Amino acid sequence: MEKMPRWADVVLVPLISIALAFIAAGLVVLAIGENPFDMVFFMVRGALGSSSGIGFTLYYTTNFIFTGLAFSVAMHARLFNIGGEGQATMGGLGAALVLLAVPWPHWALALPFAIMGAALLGAAWAAIPAYLQAKRGSHIVITTIMFNFIGAAFMIYLLNGILKKPGQQSAETVTFPKGAHLPTFHEMLAPLGIEFSKSTPANISFFVALIAAFLVWLLIWRTRLGYQIRSFGQSETASTYAGISAVKVTIISMLISGGLAGMLAINVVMGEAERLILNFTEGAGFMGIAVGLMGRNHPVGIVLAAFLFGTLNQGGFELLWEMPGISREMVLVIQALIIVFTGALVNFTRYPLERIFLAMQKRAN
Amino acid sequence: MDFLQVILAMDMSIRLSVVLLLACLAGLYSERAGIVDIGLEGKMLIAAFVAAAVAYESGSAWVGVLAGCAASLSFSMIHAVASIVYRGDQIISGVAINFLASGLTVVIGHAVYSRGGQTPTLAGDARFTEITLPFADSLADVAVIGPIYSELISGHKPLVYIAFAFVPLTWWILQRTRFGLRLRAVGENPESVDTAGISVMKMRFQALIITGILCGIAGAYLSTAQAAGFGKEMTAGRGYIALAALIFSKWRPVHAMGACFLFGFLEAISNLYPNIDVFGLFTIPVQFTQALPFIMTVVILAGFIGKAIPPKAIGQPYVKER
Repeated sequence: MEKMPRWADVVLVPLISIALAFIAAGLVVLAIGENPFDMVFFMVRGALGSSSGIGFTLYYTTNFIFTGLAFSVAMHARLFNIGGEGQATMGGLGAALVLLAVPWPHWALALPFAIMGAALLGAAWAAIPAYLQAKRGSHIVITTIMFNFIGAAFMIYLLNGILKKPGQQSAETVTFPKGAHLPTFHEMLAPLGIEFSKSTPANISFFVALIAAFLVWLLIWRTRLGYQIRSFGQSETASTYAGISAVKVTIISMLISGGLAGMLAINVVMGEAERLILNFTEGAGFMGIAVGLMGRNHPVGIVLAAFLFGTLNQGGFELLWEMPGISREMVLVIQALIIVFTGALVNFTRYPLERIFLAMQKRAN
Repeated sequence: MDFLQVILAMDMSIRLSVVLLLACLAGLYSERAGIVDIGLEGKMLIAAFVAAAVAYESGSAWVGVLAGCAASLSFSMIHAVASIVYRGDQIISGVAINFLASGLTVVIGHAVYSRGGQTPTLAGDARFTEITLPFADSLADVAVIGPIYSELISGHKPLVYIAFAFVPLTWWILQRTRFGLRLRAVGENPESVDTAGISVMKMRFQALIITGILCGIAGAYLSTAQAAGFGKEMTAGRGYIALAALIFSKWRPVHAMGACFLFGFLEAISNLYPNIDVFGLFTIPVQFTQALPFIMTVVILAGFIGKAIPPKAIGQPYVKER
């Protein structure tokens, strides 16, 4: 066996990588003359120390689960979908159009249709890059980046034009009908006698995200299509020999990916804002790349990574009050360093670890 | 639109295309050597910040440019170590660099100047001023040639002339020097370069050093010449437009100048004439003009009009044979 044990690769490597990222982030904090341990304390307390903190943390977690899953489904087919941001934006448009078109009587009726609308437009925005990759060989990374910008411009155009609420300055639609209001954690937990903060945007979408994670697991590891996606990702030539259509796998996995990214809108547009606004994705589409990487493209890992990123995101807001010397963008630095160490520099951890394990195996034999 | 308006629009296009051109040429060196670089945006951003901060502290714009180049270079070396030495994914590394720059610039800027990530406004020698070329004033009154010379060619900041000088220089380096031949070969077929006894790793490192320096000048131009100080996220997607221009020009320096001028022209148009009325029939919204560089790049990539074929070995880490 010329390999290190599986548990080391799946658990040890990511843990060491994250530790390195946090050490590097700590050095940045030291460099600007603040105490990194204080920062961690305030961030954790802000994110998990109160029910309102937890509510916001779970709200961000929901976003990151959707975009993390989106990235990972495409990644299983070795397609680097960097367009989660644009697909989520278009998902918002899809959800908004559905919710504005009908005076919904009850959220339980509105939710499935809003999911369909969001996923459909998200998938549509991934469809063109997918087609160009499959049929014309245009590199998916570049086309999805371009589509992020085209989508953003399109959204600004719509929200300043036909979708704009009449007689108002800011670029946003009218508020969705009352019946489309999704139950928040406060409303869901009150009948059970649990007092959950009223002010947080965490809503039932969190469970939609968890169900989506389960379905993705089912798809990738328990269906024929999932097998095709994975084998295509492992070796394009081998899977073509096995009769798997490259065009089909490329397009379908990108459609699923785009649809998942679009579903972010259920949480943000339908659940929180209750109207379509500009830049509602707040970079969550890009962050999905980090979540997918850290979660090693497995739904369980993605949910855990999404929770970590959600905690960081909410904890960052707490810094504003507790440590005014540290800007909220410190969260972005930590997240970037996590991408550096778990993604780009993963072999920086893996190579030496591999050597240690091989040496140990040799000694044991 | 009269003649002078055309001249002014062209003049603005030149000013706006300089950043794109420098970043585009930066990307050209990297991608021609086989390293994808979507981190142009981040490298420019960190350079813009460091250049503005150092120019403010030292009072010299040129010192700012040097510091900006050093900052951009160090980011470029992170990319180099990750993608050349540790064979990491080049796209992921680029994404990380972009995030790192947007975070660090604000965190450090906030810690030092407490202005929400902005640097103080640059004045005097801390900012670049226009150069008036010889005879520009005396020729200004001559018909046609006068305005072209005195408005369009003369009266730019020194970095503008440097940027345009890099175009023929890059062409010459790529097509007429030994280094250029090897650089192109490393991007097309690294095995052959290795067989010839040349280190692929060394060539790629050298390419990324040039990329870092050019991105540094681009970022410094933004904060010390085009604007007077650093503002949060001031690159505003220009790194990606430069990437688009690189593809649009099919990785060739002279064409890159054309593409960057075209995209700069589109930006100038969207600034000068937000909504264009076409013969009273319909209006072209400003957002369309802004998205046009990206749309055109997708069309070119799709290969319906002149296919863009990237360097063959791009994005693949090179594993030396033993």
